[in-house]
Amino acid sequence: MLAALKKNPAAKWLGLALVVIALAVLPFAVEAGAGRSWVRIIDFALLYIMLALGLNIVVGFAGLLDLGYIAFYAVGAYMWALLASPHLSANFPAFAAMFPGGLHFPIWILIPMGALVAAIFGVLLGAPTLRLRGDYLAIVTLGFGEIIRIFLNNLNAPVNITNGPQGINKIDPFSIFGIPFNKPLSVFGFTVPSVALYYYLFLALTIVIIVITLRLEDSRIGRAWVAIREDEIAAKAMGINTRNVKLLAFAMGATFGGVAGGLFAGFQGFVSPESFTLMESIMVLAMVVLGGMGHIPGVVLGAVLLATLPEAIRYTVVPAQKMLFDRQIVDPESLRMLLFGLALILVMLYRPAGIWPSPVRKREFATAEKAGKLEPEQYPDRTEASEGARL
Amino acid sequence: MTFHPEIFLQQIINGLVLGSIYALVALGYTMVYGILGLINFAHGEVVMIGALTALSVILALHGAAPDLPAALFILAGTLVAIPVTMALGYTIERVAYRPLRNAPRLAPLITAIGVSIVLQNVALLVWGRSYRSWPPILPTTPHTILGANITDLQIFIVLAAAAIMAGLMLLVNKTKLGRAMRATAENPAVAGLMGVNVNVIISVTFVIGAALGAIAGVMVSANYQIAHYYMGFILGLKAFTAAVLGGIGNLAGAMLGGLLLGLIESLGAGYIGDLTGGFLGSHYQDVFAFFVLIVVLIFRPSGLVGERVAERA
Repeated sequence: MLAALKKNPAAKWLGLALVVIALAVLPFAVEAGAGRSWVRIIDFALLYIMLALGLNIVVGFAGLLDLGYIAFYAVGAYMWALLASPHLSANFPAFAAMFPGGLHFPIWILIPMGALVAAIFGVLLGAPTLRLRGDYLAIVTLGFGEIIRIFLNNLNAPVNITNGPQGINKIDPFSIFGIPFNKPLSVFGFTVPSVALYYYLFLALTIVIIVITLRLEDSRIGRAWVAIREDEIAAKAMGINTRNVKLLAFAMGATFGGVAGGLFAGFQGFVSPESFTLMESIMVLAMVVLGGMGHIPGVVLGAVLLATLPEAIRYTVVPAQKMLFDRQIVDPESLRMLLFGLALILVMLYRPAGIWPSPVRKREFATAEKAGKLEPEQYPDRTEASEGARL
Repeated sequence: MTFHPEIFLQQIINGLVLGSIYALVALGYTMVYGILGLINFAHGEVVMIGALTALSVILALHGAAPDLPAALFILAGTLVAIPVTMALGYTIERVAYRPLRNAPRLAPLITAIGVSIVLQNVALLVWGRSYRSWPPILPTTPHTILGANITDLQIFIVLAAAAIMAGLMLLVNKTKLGRAMRATAENPAVAGLMGVNVNVIISVTFVIGAALGAIAGVMVSANYQIAHYYMGFILGLKAFTAAVLGGIGNLAGAMLGGLLLGLIESLGAGYIGDLTGGFLGSHYQDVFAFFVLIVVLIFRPSGLVGERVAERA
């Protein structure tokens, strides 16, 4: 079917037009069908897609296991929060003298700046770890992630920069061309709710990020990343400057994280260290791995699934219990996380290369099995799982 | 700033107690890593289940017969917790790791995270969201050594941990089972050809690690007098850090790393305020631990006593 599409440009454009229309009406359809809270969930899913695509560059393309990725999200969010809220002016007389109403930078400065600051952090945190590989890299990045979170949590004394565990609030909502995003917008008598406005903004940026990653993947740099992932020594021998290319991977990954973090801050109007725990890093990693590492459509799918699945379970667990037992038997919150954990395990058992792996990876995985690295009688569970992987 | 030797000694004692517990948990991580090259992210939750099981037994027993000696309560609790975590360790390996032994390296990491989430929420359903406190069975009057306080429990924790670690070293280095474990860690395929049942050895490794985890869980909950469903996460993180600090995959390294991390944390938390002129306080304890870890790894990427591992093809 895909081949047919490629041969027929008209069908290709028609398909594209259908996708565009579907994405454009999605918030209204969802709001009509499932309520406004679901549009909000989709907004978050878009943020997670950006995060997952950023981490995919580091983990999926360059093969550098980063367990502290959420730190860049945090950096972007706090930068945005500081530059678009009264916080700094309220706490520093010098700032108050210059900006009596607090800092309120426009989105056109904040998005590139969030990207830049996060990229600088990416290089700063990446540089010391260049010699490390595999699990040592994982634990050091985990350490950096925790250090940044602990600093955010405690930098309220003696000088109040981050306002500690209370976080920073009163962050300016987005506004583009004087259109505020926190109020519904009326266009020709047609009202677009605030969550849908955010949806379009996030969708636009997500598409920009997807296009950048797709172009990167096929570029010289993208191929250098994959070469490093497959064999760092061989890549070096082929004349790749592994140091710079690795740092570039950290910086690019961090950039996307920083942009997503800034959007998160403006969307919520509030940031606190609570949102940037290790668990969040792990969730984003799970999106990348579960979707199919290094494969952009897979990663997008993984992010959408993991961002919406726990919410979907939340909305089914409570009524299901009521229906079956007439009352709440178990705490719905823990039941939903329990089911979520089970889903993670099951998906990985039956599709170890991810739900939608790249064709190359899938082929490699299949040949590894055929080459007799597996002994079916010794690993009885394998046979079923590998059949699943071939589907 | 004046130096108080008794405060310094107190920090050393606290650090040793904490470090012994970290070392026991770190052994669970490092043994599994040594054999499978896998970070068993669910190990912290196994420790948590061990602690809560033991505490439930102790509470039940204390309700029935409050006058028994404290050692008996702890022994009973531990003896129930150990088989529970052993069964858990075996099941985790069987269900979540074994089917993925030849899968891409990150796949078992995700199942480990899944297991971790499942165990945490099972514990939440069974034991509830609140902190569970220990009954007042432990003697609280401390001994005073050179101005520093140490309780019976703390002495017991350090000695028991040392004894257990010595026993483990003997098991791994002197017995046939230990030799099979070392052979499997070296090369599972060749070990299999030499007549080692690799699957059994891997299961045994998980089971031993889980048993050590149960003991550590009892110790840590006795030390703080509380246990709750979320305790495994941060403890597991610290213990894993300790294992990496020492050189992951290396038993002696895990012990050394655990003790060092305990000492670094307690000394760091005690003195960071003085060192930075009051700018950073004791809540930066964790930063200190991670900072040391990062510095060690940057200058010695394979950990303190780890061997330089050749890159895998």
